[in-house]
Amino acid sequence: MRRPLGGRLRLSSTWLGAAPFVVYTGAFLLLPTVLVAVGAFSGAHGPTLSNLAQLSQPYIVSAFVNSLVLSAVSASVGAVVGAVLAYAVATGSPDGIMRRLVTALCGVLSQFGGVTLAFAFIATIGTEGFIVIWLRQHGIDFYPNGVWLFSLTGLTLIYTYFQIPLMVIVFMPALDGIRPQWREATETLGGATWHYWRHVAGPLLLPAFLGAWLLLFANAFSAYATAAALLDIGGVIVPLQISRALSSEVGLDQANLAAALALGMVVVVALITVGYSWLQRRSARWLPR
Amino acid sequence: MNRRRRRRLAAFKTAVYVVLGLFFLLPIAAMVEFATRGVGISSPRTLSAFTSIGSDPELVDAIMASLELALITSVGMLALLLPTMIWVRLRLPRMVRPVELACLTPLTIPAIVLVVGFAPIYRWIEINVSDSILTLAFAYLILVLPYCYRALDAGLSAVDIRTLSEAARSLGAGWDTVMWRIVVPNMSSAVSNACLLCAAVVLGEFTVANLLNFENLQVAISILGTGNASISIALSVLSLVFVFVFLLVLSFLARSLSRRRGAARA
Amino acid sequence: MNRTAARGTRLALGVAALAVIAGCGSTSSSGASWSTATSASANGGMSTLVSAAKAEGQLNVIALPLNWANYGSIIKDFEAKYGIKVNQANPQGSSQDEVNAVKSEAGTSNAPDVLDIGMAVAWANTSLFAPYKVAEWSDILADQKDAGGLWYQDYGGYMSIGYDSSKYTVTSVSDLLTPAFKSAVALNGDPTEANAALNGVMMASLANGGSLSNIGPGVSFFKQLNADGNFVPVTATAATIDNGTTPVVFDWDYLNSASVVNLPSWKVFVPSDAVLGGYYAQAITKTAPHPAAARLWEEYLYSATGQNLWLQGGARPVEMSAMQANGTLNQTYAAALPAVSGDPVTLDESQAAAAASYLAGNWSAAVGS
Repeated sequence: MRRPLGGRLRLSSTWLGAAPFVVYTGAFLLLPTVLVAVGAFSGAHGPTLSNLAQLSQPYIVSAFVNSLVLSAVSASVGAVVGAVLAYAVATGSPDGIMRRLVTALCGVLSQFGGVTLAFAFIATIGTEGFIVIWLRQHGIDFYPNGVWLFSLTGLTLIYTYFQIPLMVIVFMPALDGIRPQWREATETLGGATWHYWRHVAGPLLLPAFLGAWLLLFANAFSAYATAAALLDIGGVIVPLQISRALSSEVGLDQANLAAALALGMVVVVALITVGYSWLQRRSARWLPR
Repeated sequence: MNRRRRRRLAAFKTAVYVVLGLFFLLPIAAMVEFATRGVGISSPRTLSAFTSIGSDPELVDAIMASLELALITSVGMLALLLPTMIWVRLRLPRMVRPVELACLTPLTIPAIVLVVGFAPIYRWIEINVSDSILTLAFAYLILVLPYCYRALDAGLSAVDIRTLSEAARSLGAGWDTVMWRIVVPNMSSAVSNACLLCAAVVLGEFTVANLLNFENLQVAISILGTGNASISIALSVLSLVFVFVFLLVLSFLARSLSRRRGAARA
Repeated sequence: MNRTAARGTRLALGVAALAVIAGCGSTSSSGASWSTATSASANGGMSTLVSAAKAEGQLNVIALPLNWANYGSIIKDFEAKYGIKVNQANPQGSSQDEVNAVKSEAGTSNAPDVLDIGMAVAWANTSLFAPYKVAEWSDILADQKDAGGLWYQDYGGYMSIGYDSSKYTVTSVSDLLTPAFKSAVALNGDPTEANAALNGVMMASLANGGSLSNIGPGVSFFKQLNADGNFVPVTATAATIDNGTTPVVFDWDYLNSASVVNLPSWKVFVPSDAVLGGYYAQAITKTAPHPAAARLWEEYLYSATGQNLWLQGGARPVEMSAMQANGTLNQTYAAALPAVSGDPVTLDESQAAAAASYLAGNWSAAVGS
């Protein structure tokens, strides 16, 4: 559909549509990110690679590994359980009270974190949590093998508390796009439930599901406040290492190391995003578009 | 849908709601239980932690500021993100992935580091433009990008935007008609979810406001809560309830707004 | 090209003129410039200071939790006495966070006016402070203040073990290794990050054969504690103490004392073989947006009223010996302080840094499993 005025003019007016976004993110997102990147390479005496070299220390490498595992597990559990809950809600009445209540609740809980969330779990299943006490009164020991709440395992469980609601909110619009006619069409053609999910609804929902998983991963990867409130066992995940470098009152101010760690985090998520793009491209082959 | 499948679906839904309802509501119940304890082992339950919060003027100011920020950020997000996403999908398909990556970046960097990058910009803004807390909207707009992008994208992917736009264009519609009267009404649930997320993020945001020395709702709660553990937990519960009610009201408002516009589903 | 440059120059001059006018405006209302005043007497006396501060009307403080050394009462009393609104920021921030805020907010109206920071951070950031000597300057011992008036210690305490006496009895640090203390012992924060927690580990080190230059035995102590299941790796807060999750806590004695209000059976114990003290310091920032109010705040804190309020919070105010001598010390509060016997020691700059770097590499491995 070529316009008579020729390609060049059309190209610039097309790009103009994206201009507000580019300008705004350029000022408020690119600039801070560049400042962080510059900080990562700065030292007391000018540009240096020493901050990045510190990233190879064993306790920092293990922090990255822990962060990766924590984020991947909480994202996966959150994505699956959240998708199930979103499905339960989406199949209900679109104006129903249940949907409104669940959506509002998920909105609130998706941003609930930090000291209060940590304490909420401590008050529920901590060593003196009311469930633990109640079970103890009935002779059941909730923690026969040590208190796992105050470890990365417990942190993963706590993370799912805000990952699941976040999944519900971002995934539900995709579920809303599923037409009941498609289900009926599948059945008319003789397909069972499994056929429907494997060949019709599944492929259509997969891009949105993967995108949501990526969001949940990044959300857990950079989350800091809850871990800081729960664990004082040192910087076991990268955000805690960053906080130590930035806010430690007992050592030298290491803002540049924090920048280097943040740069490392961006690189890790960028790599994951590459894998995600690849997956999206592959799954797009299943779509008839 | 036949009866057997309807029954199975109903059973499935009940199971999901009960199990997850317990998972989400028990910790909040534990918080309420803690906040209503009296001092000493065998003293009776008391609501004093809740009532002693009273109407602290600082808290009221902080609530108003946070609500205003939520409004400004939602409007700004819709104005900035929605047209860009639709436009990019229609006219600049090669920009889809870069825009997606750009929208994910604010979430890959922990807020404590992002603030280090924001601080020089905010210093300039505070000295030269305004030192009002509402300038936080600039930063919040960036913070909500990942969430709102994902919510809007899920809705956009369910709409066959190419076919709709070509059909509309061939019937003589301009790009603005395509965007506002054809595409957006078909993703109303995505738009309302994005606004809901926006409001939830802004009302729950703590780190950026705290490190830039502004006093929004969560910072005010944090300050008041340092005096007393019960009050701090009571405040958090009240904040959760407040945001929940606010989002619920928002969802009713959204429904009445879309009804009035008389959207026609494709 | 020339016209644009000329317009640009005019614009720049206009902005500069506005900035000068705005700058003049903020100091003219307070008379002589308080931002460079090094004492109240040299700049017109206390009454001039008070009226200048009242004219400013506000004070920005940072990282002052209300239950830390009775700051809640101090702030309320100051506000009521002078009618100056105290704006709090970042209540749970660390000393480093305070200094970071000074740097990143310099020149704005949100910047902190006064700081209450740990010694390590104070020593490292003197370039940010404005010199000032309070009226009671001579009552502060020489090694507890900077000779030029850049920083001055305010209150301190000893590292202690707070415990719920209805469930436990603590008579020495080694008691904590016994099976009675299963899932009971906690620190106040992460030692790789927080001053109080680092001193907690150092106290354990001193009680186990270590020294101020060697925090290793302290880390081994906590490693043992963790292996036996006695260590609760959760940051102890008022909520976790009330709730019973952290019934035994290593913390400064004045912070532990604050828990008695909500848990009457809470007791504070300072081991006689490991008396580790630590003081915090006050400083006024060079870029304080309310310089007169900042100086008035310092005068207030170092008056007998302020010092006794800190004493009420369980902290030992820096003028304690002088006030004891001239009879202005509140004897009731002084009697409520935990009993301390033995020779107190304090970490110096290099020892603190050495401990911090040892912990950075070894703490997670010791208690992380």
